Amino acid sequence: MSSENRTILLRIRRQARPEEPARWEEFELPWRPNLNVIACLIEIAQRPVTRDGRQTTPVSYEANCLEEVCGACAMVINGRARQACSALVDRLEQPIRLEPLSKFPLVRDLVVDRSKMFYDLKRMRCWVPLDGTYAVGPGPRVSPEVQQKAYELSRCIMCGNCLEVCPKVNERSGFVGAAILNQVRLFNLHPTGAMHARERLRAVRGPGGVHECDNAQNCVKACPKHIPLTESNNDVNRQALRDALWGWVFG
Amino acid sequence: MKNPRVIVIGGGLAGLMATIRVAELGVPVDLFSVVPVRRSHSVCAQGGINAAKNLKGEGDSTWKHFDDTVYGGDFLANQPPVKAMCEAAPGIIDLLDRMGVPFNRTPEGLLDFRRFGGTLYHRTAFAGATTGQQMMYALEEQVRRFEAEGKVRKLEGWMFLSAVLDEKRVARGITAVHLRSGEIHAFRGDALIVCTGGLGAIFRHSTNSVACTGSAQAALFQQGVDYANAEMIQVHPTAIPGEDKCRLISESVRGEGGRVWVPRAPGDRRDPRSIPERERFYFLEEWYPRYGNLVPRDVAVRAIHKVVFELGLGVEGRPMVYLDVTHLPRQMLDRKLGGVLEIYEKFMGVDPREHPMKVFPAQHYTMGGLWVDNERQATNVPGIFAAGECEYQYHGANRLGANSLLSCLYGGMVAGPAAVQYAQGLDQAAEDLPDTLFEAERRRQEEIYEDLCRRDGGENPIAIWKEMGELMTEHVTVIRYNKQLEQTDARLAELQERYRRISLPDRSRWGNQILHFTRELGNMLVLARLITQAARLRDESRGAHYKPEFPERDDEHWLRTLRASYVDGQFRFTLEPVDTSLIPPRKRRYDT
Repeated sequence: MSSENRTILLRIRRQARPEEPARWEEFELPWRPNLNVIACLIEIAQRPVTRDGRQTTPVSYEANCLEEVCGACAMVINGRARQACSALVDRLEQPIRLEPLSKFPLVRDLVVDRSKMFYDLKRMRCWVPLDGTYAVGPGPRVSPEVQQKAYELSRCIMCGNCLEVCPKVNERSGFVGAAILNQVRLFNLHPTGAMHARERLRAVRGPGGVHECDNAQNCVKACPKHIPLTESNNDVNRQALRDALWGWVFG
Repeated sequence: MKNPRVIVIGGGLAGLMATIRVAELGVPVDLFSVVPVRRSHSVCAQGGINAAKNLKGEGDSTWKHFDDTVYGGDFLANQPPVKAMCEAAPGIIDLLDRMGVPFNRTPEGLLDFRRFGGTLYHRTAFAGATTGQQMMYALEEQVRRFEAEGKVRKLEGWMFLSAVLDEKRVARGITAVHLRSGEIHAFRGDALIVCTGGLGAIFRHSTNSVACTGSAQAALFQQGVDYANAEMIQVHPTAIPGEDKCRLISESVRGEGGRVWVPRAPGDRRDPRSIPERERFYFLEEWYPRYGNLVPRDVAVRAIHKVVFELGLGVEGRPMVYLDVTHLPRQMLDRKLGGVLEIYEKFMGVDPREHPMKVFPAQHYTMGGLWVDNERQATNVPGIFAAGECEYQYHGANRLGANSLLSCLYGGMVAGPAAVQYAQGLDQAAEDLPDTLFEAERRRQEEIYEDLCRRDGGENPIAIWKEMGELMTEHVTVIRYNKQLEQTDARLAELQERYRRISLPDRSRWGNQILHFTRELGNMLVLARLITQAARLRDESRGAHYKPEFPERDDEHWLRTLRASYVDGQFRFTLEPVDTSLIPPRKRRYDT
């Protein structure tokens, strides 16, 4: 087929409001080289007409950085949870199916509400407690090895893909998910953060905590940043057990 | 006044730092952001943050950092605030280090530093090649802690619409729209700190994030907040051209040894790796032997334009040059540049460790912005402060790489306490003002939205946006001609006419993104015209602003801040002297 009449076919799950029923719409766009899913959605916003010629509304979706570092544009593309910005049309099977993440409350079309993750970060006390921003001199020395490990863990963009694919993330278990446990590991690794590790480990033994992980290992495969999430889950689990034991022996 | 409340607009680095500083003083903060703050555009900053820590035995100093910054900005920045920023920089690095930013380390466990453009010193601290992301997370976590303690209220998913001004034109709060429900609310605040970032969407193909529309700045400008040096737009030399955005390839790639080149033979189709050294034109190294690939961005961009458009040497005959790291050790590349090389690999499908990258310049930053004073980050409207990329203070006519993260944090550090001090000095709290003041402004914004939904002339907002972006990118970036600037302004005025005949493809309220985008588009068009008109006025070449008709810097007439006010629907421009009291202006050249 010549590039003039090549087209891109998209099937998009639409839902105007949480309480309204979902429906599928198909769109056909002229093909151009190097398009990603976001470029297709912009194209549709300019001409919101379905494949069968029906006028519709632009598709709502979340996006910001478009270089896979902000985490906003996670959705389910051809059945796989991933970022829409790095989903290149030429490498996707058509029709390209777009659906919202299913583990979070739906807002509209491809937009979901992921505030649960930020709430859980608060619950797990994911920060280095600072005395203040005033000058007290340099931070602690850190070996290059520890820095490299911390950096690897710290690249999490809170996209929520690891929660989407986890069988234990559901309303029954209340499991916080791998992204959150990974942050607990990160802050317990920092020399200052480690001084308050026990607070985090107590929280992590609470509702929806690390004990809910049943090691399905889907998370690590879905992570766009290749963070060793199963390693983090196991590490936090070990820390939590050791801490519980310590508390039991020494009160 | 005893119990003030501060509003921070924007949750990028500047906004987060301002929030932390205000909360630390025990004053409650409402933090507004269009995106969850963790997803703000600051996460895109790659290369690092400058501070003259002098940990490499090079004899670096804060004064040299100050001098590089002022010289790099072609002397258009007021010098005392730049000096204060450079002096604060080493302490800011310490603070970030304490917060847990995983900066790269030396074998001794100390902070590592790398080189960046416009300096000869290793002055840039970095966390891999995602330094902005790492700093954002550290600050966001501090804010989360204050949030858990009840000192900060985050309002994520709210878009700023306007300031609420009382009869004396003093800011008393804001109006904002909830992006999900479409509801417009007024919020009371005794001081506002505006940290709304860049305006890349005006150029459409930019390295900026989707949220960087400049809409908030444009709205405030139309409410009486002055704007300065709007014409100073930075184009970054090395980005991957893309349909939806241009993805930045950080200057740190050159800082770590990456080289820019083109084949000496025009249209050479050979695999770049098979082209022998002598047939490669390392034009930056040849033309600028001392700085080489690390000349400031404006200089590098003009060199690339010359090579591509004048000498006809673009790679494969197209507007592209090679950025080559294939000669560098893989292990070092992964450790120091992994994040950015990954972007190239993911979006181009080619491993840059094996194949030279193909890059081209793209709009990246605005040195101009809301006018603020030299001491407090205060705008000319009482109660409104600004920090970060949305204001104009620190970078003159050209920003040096790795100075933006610094100016964000420093601006936020100054603005926070300044806003608190201002608010504490007020006689009357916003809380005690009559509801009618807030309701009137809320109603005004509501009517603008209702009007947008009523219009039905068949014009599409995305189409207008794309045309604006093409005009701006073609005529108001690297090389500027007066005639074309005049034509561009006239065509932008036509786009404003067409904007009045817009037909929204969706008139509902719930989660309607095109509605909010169209609201912003009206503001973007105003800012586009302001940039274009300011560029038309400045008849000289200085930093990023280059006019072949006026190729020299003209200190006699144009060593001035070009300040714009909005008066009765018109732009009024005035010239203000630049404070050059510390370093006398000298000729800026990097080729000797």
